[in-house]
Order: sequence, then structure tokens, then C-alpha cells
Amino acid sequence: MKSATLPRVLPGFTLSLGYTISYLSLIVLIPLAAVFIKTAAMPLDAFWQTVTAPRVLASYRLSFGMALLAAAINSVFGLLLAWSLVRYRFPGKKLVDALVDLPFALPTAVAGIALTALYAGNGWIGRHLEPLGIKVAFGPLGVLVALVFIGLPFVVRTVQPVLEDLDTELEEAATSLGAHRWQTFRHVILPALQPALMTGFALAFARAVGEYGSVIFIAGNIPMVSEITPLMIISKLEQYDYRGATAIASVMLVVSFLLLLAINGLQAWQAKRSGRSA
Amino acid sequence: MSIQVQNIHKAFGHFVALDDLSLDFPSGELVALLGPSGCGKTTLLRVIAGLEQADSGKVLLDGEDASDTHVRERQVGFVFQHYALFRHMTVFDNVAFGLRMKPRQERPSEAEIKRKVHELLQLVQLDWLADRFPAQLSGGQRQRIALARALAVEPRVLLLDEPFGALDAKVRKELRRWLRRLHDELHITSIFVTHDQEEALEVADRVVLMNHGMVEQIGTPDEVYRHPATSFVYGFLGSANRFEGRRTAGGIDVGGTRLAAQADHAGEDSEVVAFVRPHELEIRLEQQDAGIPARITRVLSVGALTRVELEGSGSQDGQHYDVELPYETWHAQTFTAGQQVRLQPRALRVFTHNETAGRA
Repeated sequence: MKSATLPRVLPGFTLSLGYTISYLSLIVLIPLAAVFIKTAAMPLDAFWQTVTAPRVLASYRLSFGMALLAAAINSVFGLLLAWSLVRYRFPGKKLVDALVDLPFALPTAVAGIALTALYAGNGWIGRHLEPLGIKVAFGPLGVLVALVFIGLPFVVRTVQPVLEDLDTELEEAATSLGAHRWQTFRHVILPALQPALMTGFALAFARAVGEYGSVIFIAGNIPMVSEITPLMIISKLEQYDYRGATAIASVMLVVSFLLLLAINGLQAWQAKRSGRSA
Repeated sequence: MSIQVQNIHKAFGHFVALDDLSLDFPSGELVALLGPSGCGKTTLLRVIAGLEQADSGKVLLDGEDASDTHVRERQVGFVFQHYALFRHMTVFDNVAFGLRMKPRQERPSEAEIKRKVHELLQLVQLDWLADRFPAQLSGGQRQRIALARALAVEPRVLLLDEPFGALDAKVRKELRRWLRRLHDELHITSIFVTHDQEEALEVADRVVLMNHGMVEQIGTPDEVYRHPATSFVYGFLGSANRFEGRRTAGGIDVGGTRLAAQADHAGEDSEVVAFVRPHELEIRLEQQDAGIPARITRVLSVGALTRVELEGSGSQDGQHYDVELPYETWHAQTFTAGQQVRLQPRALRVFTHNETAGRA
């Protein structure tokens, strides 16, 4: 806070901080606090019973597990996509670039229906997977496909600008020092991209945990198998069990917050270790 | 190790960067590739390193054709203008990089790597910075680390691409001297690219002057400075006064004024360009007929040398001339700014117009 009293190029520290805090409170903090306040009205044992019901526990595993997996898949292929878009020139590159943002723009329900149609047993892709014993639509795998779809743009868009700024001289230096391609990628390129990659991962993960629209069509919503946590909340709401709904929501919030905090902490630790913050 | 390039040709689209160029770099020398930007010097360095593929021609390292050898097998140390240090690694890890990337059976032990890296850091006099990150170093320090990193893999050749280009004048001078001392210690065949003639003349054993993808002259700094082979070399090295005129018997004719010059080129009445260094041009009184008519516009007396700026008059109207002379000599004379004088060269170098002799 001491630095706030120092003369700065742009004035208005107090004004902008005040605005930031009231805005954040209005948009984020107060609605989220309401969730906890509503939950607090619940007796503890009832709360515990609601949030640890076997169906709900199964839905946590599916939601968080698939969200992490989808974010991981998107990190790998998003990096590959960003690499192709930055490093190579090919016909239709602009088109591909625009296509990347499409999952942002598409109503998630549309995406869910389209994916279901494709991966269902009689769909274009599902028809060929079914005989191999791979059932995508109406199962946990379908959840993964939907989450990968909606999370794709995050990693691409966070990594792309960093990759554009990455000097090819670094790769030349590594090669001239005798490093092979994989070594150059592993020891020179990847560490430079890692902060952006982790941000993209965190964003894709956060988006996937909260996703509802696209998943609901393709998941099949089989109890204990392919029910996601947001669905559990909605079903509680439909039964007018508002407290039960907020109880599950608060658990989800806390877990998501802790996971994102952990990712941020990891990033800060890495930045410190690599001297970027020094 | 010796380096030879033979008939190298390299074009980027329609721009010819290297035009059928051949050169020999003898073993153990520190050679400067000097020329204006766009003359192809950096491209030549990158072709030698293997970072760039020539369209045709050969690169021989120690007499062996290395044209198809990959950069990592050429055993060349490359130093970049903007250092290209790995920002996420400490200074120590940067220098150790080349050693750690070696295949397992050739890779030295961690203890050996540690010993070697500290030895190199001592060589560049930065051992105390081993645990810092590149972002915490000054430009000069970064370039020395980059050099230590390149030396770690014991390269057969050291290639430096404008190594001091991104540094300020004072640091550049220090590093220049330091590089020379380092080379005298290691005797590794080194080529460095520069557009700074002072740098090339001060540091290098030999200077290769390049222009438009071709070699204009090769020689020791003294040779190229004192005996420039072409008008380009004369104009590029050091400041020069330029006269355009026609050749006559025993001299040249500049706008009606006859100047004596060595008649080393045949072809009377041909158009020529003549150069004279500022310290070889004499200011005389107007009454004497010989010499180029000019008017003193400005006198700068700083330190031991006095610089006199003049403007041509009469047929040489609009021309600009520089004269340098010791302060005492200037003081003993009685010229003042605004005075009409005559300029008489003591030594004149004459080149046939647009001549580019000495092409390799």
C-alpha cells in the first residue's frame, strides 16, 4: 500500500481500487456469498447428508475428473494448434484461426446436440466406434468430448501470443549448442510457454467444471455413471430443494476455488524459481 | 580449424545476399566481416554456422565438406547480437546447457560439468553471477555469458554476429579489448560480423570488406585502411573527402582545377573519383592558384585535433570537405571562419568511376 502514496504516471489509484472492489463485490462476491448464507441455514447433518450422498459423490468424481482430463487434453492439442497457427503458413490459415473461437460463440446446447448427433450409435462417428466397443454418447466419454470441445479456445488463445513473441534465435542457440529437436522443445520452448500454458489450463478447467448446456445432451445422465454436479444442483432445484442445491453448489465452489488457487500458487512458485518475478 | 567457403550463392526471393562468394579463413585467426547493412555478412556467417542453407556452393571445415552437416554436428559456437540466453535458466544452467544436452555416453558427470562451468565463468570474469538469471544482468554481462555458453561445448570455430551491436559505446569498447585478449588466450578460429569499422580495425587480425554480397577487399586492418583496393573500401573505412573529375596527364582535373596524382591507372580523360583523408588535406591561402576553392564554414577545436569544415565554391559549389590538423598547426596559421581558401591534397587516391576492383 505504501507505493500508492508515491507519485505515479497515471493518477487515480484510490478511485480505480474502489471501483474494482465494489464492482467485484456486486458481480462476484455478493452472489457467491448468498450461496454460502443460504447453505448456512441448513442443519449440519442435513448438509453433510446432502453433499455426501452417493449419487452426488459420483457426480463430483465425474465433473472434476473429466474437467481436469479435458483441460489436460486441451493443453496438449491446444499447444499443437497454436504452434501450427504461429509457425507455419498454409492456405486457409485465417479460417482455421477464426474456427478456434467458435466454441466460444456457439450456444452450448447447440454444441451438445451436434456432438450427440455425431457420436450417437447411429451418428457419423458413433456408427464406426460402436462396433469397436467404444460408446461415446450417453456415457462418461461423451462428457469428456463435450468438455474438450468447449475448452479448446482457452489454451490456444493464451499460448498463441507468447509463442509469437518467442525468439527463434533461442532455438537456433539451443541447436548450435548440440541440442536435438526434442531437447530444444523440452528445455527451451516448453519452459518459456509454461506460464501461458498453465493459465490456459486453469481457464479451460474452470470453464469445464461449470459447463452444463452441452454436457447435458450427450451425457445420458445415468445415475452414478454420467451425472455431472451441475445436473445434481438443477435436479434439486426442480424438486424445490433450494437448500440442497446451494449446499452442493457451495462444495463445488470451494473445491474449484482451491484448485484454481493451487494452480495460481504453482505458477507463482515457478515464476519465482525462474527469476521472472525478481 | 580452417574454414573455406567456395562459390556460395544465396538469394532471398529476388534479393541476392551472397553472390558466388569464395573465402579462406586460416586457422586460429580472428577475422572481421565488415560492411554496410544488407551486404550479406550476417547471411555468410549463418551459412558457415549451418543456420542458413546456401542455394549453391560449399562450406569446408578443416578441409571437409560440411555443407550437409547439421548445425549441431558442426561444432560451431554461435553468439547472437541479442544474446539469446535462456531466460528461465540461471547463468550456471545457461553455460551448462550444451554439456547437459550431450548424449548420455558422452555427457560429463555433474561434478565435471560444475567444474567446467565455473572455469568458463572465471574466464569471462563473471563467476560471481552463477546463480543469477539473465534478466538480472547488464547487456555486457549477458554477452559474456553467451560467449561462455558457446565455448562450453569446445567449438572448433567461434562465430559472432554483431556481438557488441546492442551495447552502449563505452561497454562496447571494453568488450572489444576483452574479446581480443580472450582470443589471444584461446586461439580459436573466430569470425565476427560488424558494421562498425572502428571495431573491425581494432579487434581483428584480418578484415574482410563486403558489399552487395561480394568481397571488396581482404587484408590486415593496416592494409585495408592504408591501401584500399576500391572506392567503396576507401569511402567505407574512415572519413574521406571525395572529388569527382577527369583524368589528365599526371593528375586529375576537378572542375577546372588540376590536382597532382599518381598515374597508376591508364585511360586519359576517363571519369574518375578521388579520395583524400581529412588529415591529408591542406588548407592554403586563396592567392595561391593551386587547389580546390573552398570557404571555411566551421572550426571545431576539441582536444589535440582541430577539425575544419569547409564548403566548396566556384565549380565545386555545394560540396562538403573536412580537414583535420594538429591544434598547434592550426593555431600557428591565421585562417578564420568565413575565409576563402584553397584545398590541396597531400595524397590522393584515384579510382576509375564505379570501379569495384578486387572482387573475389
